[in-house]
Amino acid sequence: MTPAEILDSLFPAGHAVTSEGDLLFGRATLGDGMVHVIGATGGAPIGIDQAIRLSARVLEVAGSDDAAPLLFLVDTASQRMSRRDELLGLSEYLAHLAKTLLLAEAQGHRTIGLLYGGSAAGAFIATALACGTLVALPGAHPEVMDLPSMARVTKLPIELLEEKAKATPVFAPGLDNLVRVGGIAEVWDVGRSLGDQLTALLAHSRSGDDRATVGAARGGRPKAAAIADEILATAQR
Amino acid sequence: MSNVRQSWYEAGARERIAALVDAASFAEFIGPERREISPHLSIFDLPAQFDDGIVVGAAAIDGTPVLVAAQEGRFMGGAFGEVHGAKLTGLLRAAKALGRDVVIAFDTGGVRLQEANAGEIAIAEIMRAVAEARMAGARVVGLIGGRAGCYGGGGLIAGCCSTLIVSEQGRISVSGPEVIETNKGVEEFDSRDRGFVWRTMGGKHRTLIGGADVFVDDDATAFREAARAALARPAGLDAAMLSAEQARLERRIARFGDAPDATDIWRGLGIADPQAIPDMPAAGFADLAAQYRESADDAR
Repeated sequence: MTPAEILDSLFPAGHAVTSEGDLLFGRATLGDGMVHVIGATGGAPIGIDQAIRLSARVLEVAGSDDAAPLLFLVDTASQRMSRRDELLGLSEYLAHLAKTLLLAEAQGHRTIGLLYGGSAAGAFIATALACGTLVALPGAHPEVMDLPSMARVTKLPIELLEEKAKATPVFAPGLDNLVRVGGIAEVWDVGRSLGDQLTALLAHSRSGDDRATVGAARGGRPKAAAIADEILATAQR
Repeated sequence: MSNVRQSWYEAGARERIAALVDAASFAEFIGPERREISPHLSIFDLPAQFDDGIVVGAAAIDGTPVLVAAQEGRFMGGAFGEVHGAKLTGLLRAAKALGRDVVIAFDTGGVRLQEANAGEIAIAEIMRAVAEARMAGARVVGLIGGRAGCYGGGGLIAGCCSTLIVSEQGRISVSGPEVIETNKGVEEFDSRDRGFVWRTMGGKHRTLIGGADVFVDDDATAFREAARAALARPAGLDAAMLSAEQARLERRIARFGDAPDATDIWRGLGIADPQAIPDMPAAGFADLAAQYRESADDAR
């Protein structure tokens, strides 16, 4: 689906979302309420110039007292890999974007990431994974690193990686794998109204970061939740 | 503590913690005796380590309780796997619950690719836990000066910390030099040009542009003293602070967005002889930086 099709299905009552290059900014009507919308689209990489514009808007949302949710449409490449971006401190810009999303959430705005295309590595962490709840559409294709690059870095043959990817969700790219490790809460049904599915999601309040617990229940991350919980309990003794 | 100077770069995770905290004050959580190894490395016939490359626990600095974590850059490049990440997440959630400060000695190449999905989510969980701990009033101080630097998701976690202390060896970046070169070509980034890599990503450059707060020599005692000072700084993470960071990062692009090289940025900061920076001893550099650097105080 294109961003326009997604927005139409999400917000049949109307939306005023405009694109600026590969970024989206605006708001929409959902039921009796309003939803802030931002987007990083077009499968484009996220560099300092994109991150700083997104964070500026998220800060405005965080500062507004409407308590309206923020929906973040995501279809990106990885972080922008360039000399200029790293020279100017891309890690700070991506961390800042993530912090603004976490601040908005702490100030009472639900943050919902909607992954409808690709996203990878640092861009994935600073956008979709920094939202309070992350959902995806079928066909979304998140990844940490593509298998050919992974083969180069790990010095393992790609055939071996492809073989092992069948046995475990823990390393290979793909939506199903990210669902199983708990990174994506749910995959929506494009045969139904996306607006109804968003409304249903917003009707359930969220308490804490449950991704490790979900990942354990889905068999993708057997240990993370138990270890984090034990350390939290031990430190409080 | 002895009077023998101990290199932070050369030290292991446990040595770094011993140098940082009060003698005999450290109590490890889920230590190596528990053998909580990665459940995934065996898929690749890779050896596991009993602490999965990170040491976490409670300690005291000058008698004040702190939580402390140190990554082991010599095991899998200090990379974040499922167990490794969960230990840090748990520690940061404890920091929030207790309102207790945390010191993290980073030494990492980022996500551990053999368990990439688990590591990627772990980074996101850690960043959230850092932010929530800070909003609850805890300081999260990052120390960067190890072999592996602080790359990938590690760089993003570092960017969420209250204060960053770096040595010259403390490289902070998202994409590593080899990754950029592999993807974009040697014309874009020559990973073998050590001088270029260090002046683009190294501790001196990060200190000058405000990407790190305190520059220290490669000396464990210097890291300890800087951490003590950082733990005395104001705590918190709020809208005013992130608005200040937004302005700081916008200003950086406006001032230096067209600079082809770090030395051009240093000259733009008013430093008369930027070519001399890479060879400058730590003390002299710290004095110079204090005069010319962009500060991130209350804007990180």
